[in-house]
Amino acid sequence: MPSYVMTEKCDGCKGQDKTACMYICPNDLMALDKDKMKGYNQEPNYCWECYCCVKICPQQAMDVRGYADFMPLGAASTPLRGSQDIMWTIKFRDGRIKRFKYATRTTPEGSIKPFEGFADANPADLNNEFLLGEPSIMGATELLTIKK
Amino acid sequence: MRDFATEVVETDVLILGGGMSGCGAAVEAAYWAKPLGLKVTLVDKAAIDRSGPVAMGLSAINTYMGLDGKVTQNPRLPERFAEYVTNDQCGLARQDLVYDVARHVDSSVKHFDKWGLPIWKDEKGNYVKSGEWQVMIAGESYKILVAEAAKSALASMGDKGQLMERIMITHLVKDDKDPNRIAGAVGFSVREDKFYVFKAKVTLALMGGAVHVFRPRSQGEAFGRSWMPPFVSGSVYALVLQAGGELTQMDNTFVPPRFKDSYGPVGTFFLLFKTPATNGLGESYIGAYPDELAKWAPYSNAKPCPTPIRNYEMILCQREGKLPFIMHTQKVVERLKKEISDPKELKKAIKNYESEAWEDFLDMTIAGATNWAAHNIDPLEKPMELQLSDSVFIGSHACSCGSWVCGPADVMPAEFKNDFPAQYNLMTTVKGLFTAGCGVGACAHKFSSGSHVQGRIAGKSVIKFVNDEKAYAPAISDATIAKYKETIFKPFVMYDTNKDFTTTPDVNPNYISPHNFLFRLQKIMGEYAGGWETLYGTSDKLLETGLWKLGLLGEDIEKLAAKDSHELMRAWESVHRYYVGEACSRSRLARKESRWPGYYYKFDYLKLDETQRHFVNVKFDEAKNEWTILTRPMVSIV
Repeated sequence: MPSYVMTEKCDGCKGQDKTACMYICPNDLMALDKDKMKGYNQEPNYCWECYCCVKICPQQAMDVRGYADFMPLGAASTPLRGSQDIMWTIKFRDGRIKRFKYATRTTPEGSIKPFEGFADANPADLNNEFLLGEPSIMGATELLTIKK
Repeated sequence: MRDFATEVVETDVLILGGGMSGCGAAVEAAYWAKPLGLKVTLVDKAAIDRSGPVAMGLSAINTYMGLDGKVTQNPRLPERFAEYVTNDQCGLARQDLVYDVARHVDSSVKHFDKWGLPIWKDEKGNYVKSGEWQVMIAGESYKILVAEAAKSALASMGDKGQLMERIMITHLVKDDKDPNRIAGAVGFSVREDKFYVFKAKVTLALMGGAVHVFRPRSQGEAFGRSWMPPFVSGSVYALVLQAGGELTQMDNTFVPPRFKDSYGPVGTFFLLFKTPATNGLGESYIGAYPDELAKWAPYSNAKPCPTPIRNYEMILCQREGKLPFIMHTQKVVERLKKEISDPKELKKAIKNYESEAWEDFLDMTIAGATNWAAHNIDPLEKPMELQLSDSVFIGSHACSCGSWVCGPADVMPAEFKNDFPAQYNLMTTVKGLFTAGCGVGACAHKFSSGSHVQGRIAGKSVIKFVNDEKAYAPAISDATIAKYKETIFKPFVMYDTNKDFTTTPDVNPNYISPHNFLFRLQKIMGEYAGGWETLYGTSDKLLETGLWKLGLLGEDIEKLAAKDSHELMRAWESVHRYYVGEACSRSRLARKESRWPGYYYKFDYLKLDETQRHFVNVKFDEAKNEWTILTRPMVSIV
């Protein structure tokens, strides 16, 4: 099963209406067993191994075991995602370890205000081709066109 | 059976799908809706933070002009982009649409930069280009940023901005009083027992492309390792067809050459690292078949050689049995050793290459990184196999399938004007129904940035449409709503009524599970319509047989059974994929040539025929259950 939940670590995101993995999975694969209070992948052969669940799990109770169809056992790519970067630990089948760190964003989480710095829309401009912030945001004064 | 309560949502602008184009549409529509007091509702079947193909992240922005000149090399003009895209698709593109994306696309990338996307820059602050049109990014959180902007835009509208997640849209609904106008959509929640009816003045269908119509290479646990994500289920194509709209180039599916099995990306390895690739004998397969390629002149003579023709070289090589294909990642290190004499600089260059190579996979195809590690392959030391993957419908990539839409007023050729009920940029042939991104056909190479900006173009266009049609009120009767509700939940009835007949619900003579329905579709498509099973070859006879079997599959739609909401979602995804398969097969039957031989070719017409340099379009009449093929002319504007 591509993404899996570690029994010991998972607490079923207690006290919330749904688990973090259920919230984020783009393919609706994660489910909660309410008797055991444990999350599980209900349809592992539809998993894209996108790691969205692994990255978001507050207990770090999730990981991915490479697809059995073609991956020899023993390797793992394990992320630790912070607010502005992500750290990856790559474990080879033969035990070698590599670590990489990459930027994820340059602004604080939740800080995006897409209209800030631009004038309010004027309905009269619905008749022209300019989109939000254009043309100035492109460093231009006009929009290109083709003379017929 | 569980009782699903009916919830009616009334809105002005209904955006279906919150991927790159959906999030772009939300920002732009919100901006223009605010002063007019219009309401915007965005619906997604997942959570928009991580929905769509950018869910995992992305390591490059593949469409950027650099019109401000602040790039490390070669700023490019939209005209050149339109020429490039046309040649890449062997002479067929809606240049008005491609040009429109190109002249706007830099603006979305500048917004991304402002929002916090780490774009690689040189010491002067110029964007680092890896190819003619590509800029490099650290894109693990690309989708999260783009979604945050969309959420922030909707939130700024107060109760006029609405985000609804985990709702699977199954059908568009036509206006009761106007059969060529869309008045909203219906679907259901996969979290709560709710049936949703959306009544809207305008609808944007932005649910992306389609995979799993053709059979994936892996069918066990890695069934989900299609190259594009398994959750893109062809909803736009199916819904436009069901609404009576026209699709174009549904025969043109993309076949991605990728690292074998894991589908790790190759673009950065070819473009940025200049990595050599060979066949299994160590010979270059690129450029090895000049006589064959000459048959696809003039397109094959251009630089770069079109994607489907480069793929065809791999097909020719595979036919000679010279497998496996190998990407020699280790040879980049050998080259650096020759080029750099200073040991300190060399060490730094190798370290950079290593970090960037792994980032390319970790940012967008993590399975590729794990696959290296699982095979004890360090890319600095050993090569890795390549392979042509399964065929996908992805109108935003090097692929031309999608809807036939109206272009921008200033550049759309007059020849197309009468195809549309009114002149609004990105409106389909159905009034009140717009699309963008993978939903737009004959407009390849949009990629993530182009899809976002095309969503924005559509987002503005729909506000203009609603503002021009102030008097319109969507008419959907209770009888219509009741009919859809019965149709949508029928798979529950099938299951509940029949499940106890056998000792295991998985095997039952009275119904078919969504998964088995999908398997049957993939087997037909793969074996008759030009999947990897036949090395992408098909013929009129094969297609006719495939279409007969697809017809029988279509009849079994009413036998679909689902035990819960999750499986009900799979049922409707399978139905949408079925429509995509039909449209593809019928378009392939209609095209009596092999224009994109590395995407699919016809054994009985294995040549380029320039008398067929036109668009093959397809329509479906739901009431009559009748398919129609049309042709539309190619018109150059650049």
